[in-house]
Order: sequence, then structure tokens, then C-alpha cells
Amino acid sequence: MLNFFAKRLGYLLLTMLSVSLIIFLVNEYSPGQVTRKILGPFATQEQVNMLTEQMGLNRPVLLRYVIWLGHILQGDLGKSTLWGVPVNDIIWDRLANTSIIASLAFLVIVPASIFLGVSAGMREGSRLDRTISLFSIITTSVPEFASGVFQQSVLVIWLGLLPGTSPLDASGGWSIASQLVLPVSVMVLYDLGYVVRMVRASMVETMTRPYIRTAVLKGLSFRDVIMKHAIRNAMIGPFTVILLQVNYLVTGVVVVEAVVGYPGFGRMMLDAALNKDVAVIEAGSMFAVLVTVTTQVIGDFGYMLLNPRIRFT
Amino acid sequence: MAATAIDSKKPVGALLRLLKRIALLRESPVGMIGAALVLFWILVALLAPLISPYDPNENYMDDFANLGPSMVYWLGRDNQGRDILSRIIWGSRIVLTVGPIATFCAYLVGCSMGLLAGYYRGWIDVVISRISDIILSFPVIILYLIIISQFGPSALNIVLAVTFIASPQVSRIVRGLTLELRERDYVAAAKMRGESAIYIMLVEILPNARGPLIVDACLRMGYTTIAIGVLGFLGLGLPPPDPDWGGMVKDTYTMMSSSPYMSLFPCMAISSLVVGFNMLADGLREISLRD
Repeated sequence: MLNFFAKRLGYLLLTMLSVSLIIFLVNEYSPGQVTRKILGPFATQEQVNMLTEQMGLNRPVLLRYVIWLGHILQGDLGKSTLWGVPVNDIIWDRLANTSIIASLAFLVIVPASIFLGVSAGMREGSRLDRTISLFSIITTSVPEFASGVFQQSVLVIWLGLLPGTSPLDASGGWSIASQLVLPVSVMVLYDLGYVVRMVRASMVETMTRPYIRTAVLKGLSFRDVIMKHAIRNAMIGPFTVILLQVNYLVTGVVVVEAVVGYPGFGRMMLDAALNKDVAVIEAGSMFAVLVTVTTQVIGDFGYMLLNPRIRFT
Repeated sequence: MAATAIDSKKPVGALLRLLKRIALLRESPVGMIGAALVLFWILVALLAPLISPYDPNENYMDDFANLGPSMVYWLGRDNQGRDILSRIIWGSRIVLTVGPIATFCAYLVGCSMGLLAGYYRGWIDVVISRISDIILSFPVIILYLIIISQFGPSALNIVLAVTFIASPQVSRIVRGLTLELRERDYVAAAKMRGESAIYIMLVEILPNARGPLIVDACLRMGYTTIAIGVLGFLGLGLPPPDPDWGGMVKDTYTMMSSSPYMSLFPCMAISSLVVGFNMLADGLREISLRD
């Protein structure tokens, strides 16, 4: 057990280290000089050289990587060239905003996907199964921006029920709560289908097991077979899949936030990427990978706890 | 000599089997609808010069107060007076060239990685799997943002980005299949015959892994289509004025409240194509499970 944890933790650190090096090098070797980008095309070469000196960009790459990593580890994420303030002043607010819609979406996705997946998988090939499967194929196929446009056309423009943008500012006449509906529903619809299919597949497989047949044959009601025997066993596999959705919800929100103008992490990353704000891109990507790797480790751990066959070996 | 003798027979048999497989698709309504949607867009892309009523990049300024759908411009015009129907038709060409090329490249790299890792195992496997894991630990959209924003938006960079992001995923699938297939008798027989490792990987193992790979390739075409659309929507797609569907939405998105049709039609186009790919993949999976 302890060994398992040490291994996973070591793996986490190794991944983070290599990822940080990749991110640093990509930003380093992409075409165009950082200082030239900051100063614009009309600055003289002397000005560019001076800023290069000031920012310490003339030192060797590896040395700067070590220094940069040291700063990050001490909690100094650098200064944003786009917003002109330390990255620390922006990133945490943005993450807090994103975690609001991410956790709301997660709270909807988990029960909904379990309900739909179990309903579809308990009788494979039934009309209900086919309907739910088709629904999940279609919702996952519609790109988030298209889903946003469709939902806005109906809910915002046609019915006038919701605001079209979500700046998290109630001065426009729409309450904060009403501004959260659209981003959350776009995320839920896009992500739901995939989880439903995973739960369904696991449920279908569980229903073919001998203990389910025994439960049915000993006269248990179908409801009890599903609730007491099937669901518990069918949820072990999809547990990791469900947990991994946290990654999408926290870090994959770029498109959703762009659709509704939500001031979150994804929007920040997009603005930074469009404006080559290296410090923000680096810090944001490091955070995104940290979330991914951490959920993976938690997923492995939870899987182990849930599944006695693994736990006791 | 032996290899050429087999090769001369193989294409015919493979073609027959492919036709049989396509005929089987009739039994899956979902798969048929998917195939029809994909085929529809392929035809549209092929016939673009014939069926496109106007020049996709020309600004038609007549009757500018009334841009909406009309008898003259069936799907209306965008805020710059360009015919939306023509732009959607020509846009299908971009999606259906960049998408397949990118997916093909991802498969080329991914299959090589997966075959090498699964066949040789040992340190080669460790190195390839570690590299894959690291790339896979990036959230996909963030990786696209970093790559395209740093290297600039162009069709080539989109292909490279998709290859970079998707090949570890392909590699993981191929590696798993290879690990299983390398233990088969026909692989042992080929080894006994003294065939080279490359021959065994490409002629014995890869063709026998095709079932799951075809389904995955179909799904991946859907993902790639979404990725191209998303990049266009975020302003990281192809440079204007080329009509790409995501870019069309981005250009007209701010006009949503007054003229939603400008964004709606390209959104319907991309959604129907992705739905087509995914339904086709579902149908193919259903068939492959049956036999």
C-alpha cells in the first residue's frame, strides 16, 4: 500500500518535471522573440536588447529553466505581459470562477450519467437503451461552441429566458445564478454522453455475470437485482472515468467560457495564448497538468478502495 | 517471391471483405444514417465548384439591409455580405481535407509507436509509453492552445498539432492489440519462416488489428473535426478569408441577437458531420461485435 503510494507520487513528480521542461522549451523555441513581441515592431534594436538584458533572457536556457522552476516552486508565477500584473493576482480568481461552473456541472453529470447509463445498460438492446445511446452519441458529437449557439438561439433569443453572456456581474439585470445556467448546460451536454456510454458498457457487462442470473433465478424482483447487486459492481469501472471528468471540467472549459464570455481559467488561457503571454501560459498549463495527474492518482487510489479484489492483493 | 504471390491475391480478397462489411452496415440503422451523413458531406466537398451558387469570399452588397435567408441567397449572407451556403459548401472541403490528413498522420505515427512498443517490449516499450503518458497528461484543448498560439495558425500546424496530440492515444490502442496478437500462432510461424520484424509487424500484426482500429479512426475523425472547428471558433484556425466552419461562427457570433442564422447554419453543418462520423463508428462497432 505504502509502496503503491510512493510509486504513484514519484510518477506524479516525474511527470510534472518533464511537463514543465516541455512547456518552458516550447515557449522558448517558438518563432519570434519575446521582447520583440512585448515592445512591438517599432522599437529599436537597442531597446529590444535592453529589455532582453533586464528580463535576463540572455542567460543560458537551462539556467533560466532552473531559475524559473525555483520561482514557481516558491509560489512566484511571474508577471503577466498582457494584464501587467503578477500572475498570482489573476490566476486564483479565475480558477475560483471556473470551479463554480465546474463543480455545478460535475454535480449534474454524476447522478444523470449513472441514472441514464444504468437505465440503458440494464436491458441491452431495449428501446430505452437505443434511445439513450442515440441521445448520448448526438450530444457528444455537437461541438461546445455549436451547442452554445443552439442553446442560445432557443433559450436566449427565442424564449428570452437567460442572458447571452455571463460576465458574473449582476448590473446587466440578470442574476448571477441565471448567468451560470448556460455554461453549465453546455458543459453537461457535451460531457454527459461519454460518461453515460462508459456506465452503460459496464452495466451491460455486469448484467451477464452469473451472480445476476442467480439473483434473478432466486426470485428477487428486477428492481432489487439492479439496486442491490448490479449497480454496486457496475460502478467500479466507471468510477475512474467519472473522476477523470474533473480534468475536462476544470481545464477544458476554454471553449465554453469563450462562448458565454465567462471570466474563468479557460478564458484567461485563451487570452494569454492569443497574446503570447508566456508567464500565464506556463503557470496555467502547469496547473492544468497538476490537476490531471492528481485526479489520476486519486482515481487509482479510489479504484483500489472500491475493488476488494485489488485491495487485498 | 512468396510475399509477391500473397500480395497479388490479397487486394481482391480484402476488397470483397470490405464490401461485405459495408453490406453488413445495412443491419445497423444508426450506422446507415451515419454513413449517409458522411457520404453527403463528402459529395458536397467533391462537387463544391458545381453546386456552390456564389463565390464564397465575394462580398455581395446588393440589398444590404436584408441579409437573411431569401430566394436569392438560400441561407442568407453574413455580416460582410458573403453567401453562407457557398461558404458552408467550400468549408466542407477544408474540414474534409485537413481532418483526414491529420488523422492519417496521427495513425502513421501512432501505429509505428504502438507496434514498436508492443512487439519489442522492454526498454523501447518503457520509453514510448512514458512519452505517451506525458503527452496524454496535458488537457487536449490546452495543448492545442499552446501549440497553435506558439507556432501560428495554418493548415500544416493544425495537422502537426493533431498528430502530436492523437498519436499517443492511437499508440496506446495499437500497443494493447499488438501485445495480444504477437502471441498468436501465425506470428510464431512467420518468425520460424525467418521473416523480418518489420514484415511481421506490418503484414501479420497490423492487418489483424484493423477491426478496432477502423472504429477508432472513425471516432477520431469526429474528434479531429471538432478540434478544427474549435480552433476556428477560438480564432486559431485557418487565416481568413478561407471559409472554415468554426471561423464562420467566430466572425458572426457577436451578431447572434440580431441575426442568429449566420452562426446557426455553420454550427448545424459541423454538428451533422461529427454526428455522422460518430454514428458510423457506432454502427461499425456493432457489426464488429457480431462476427
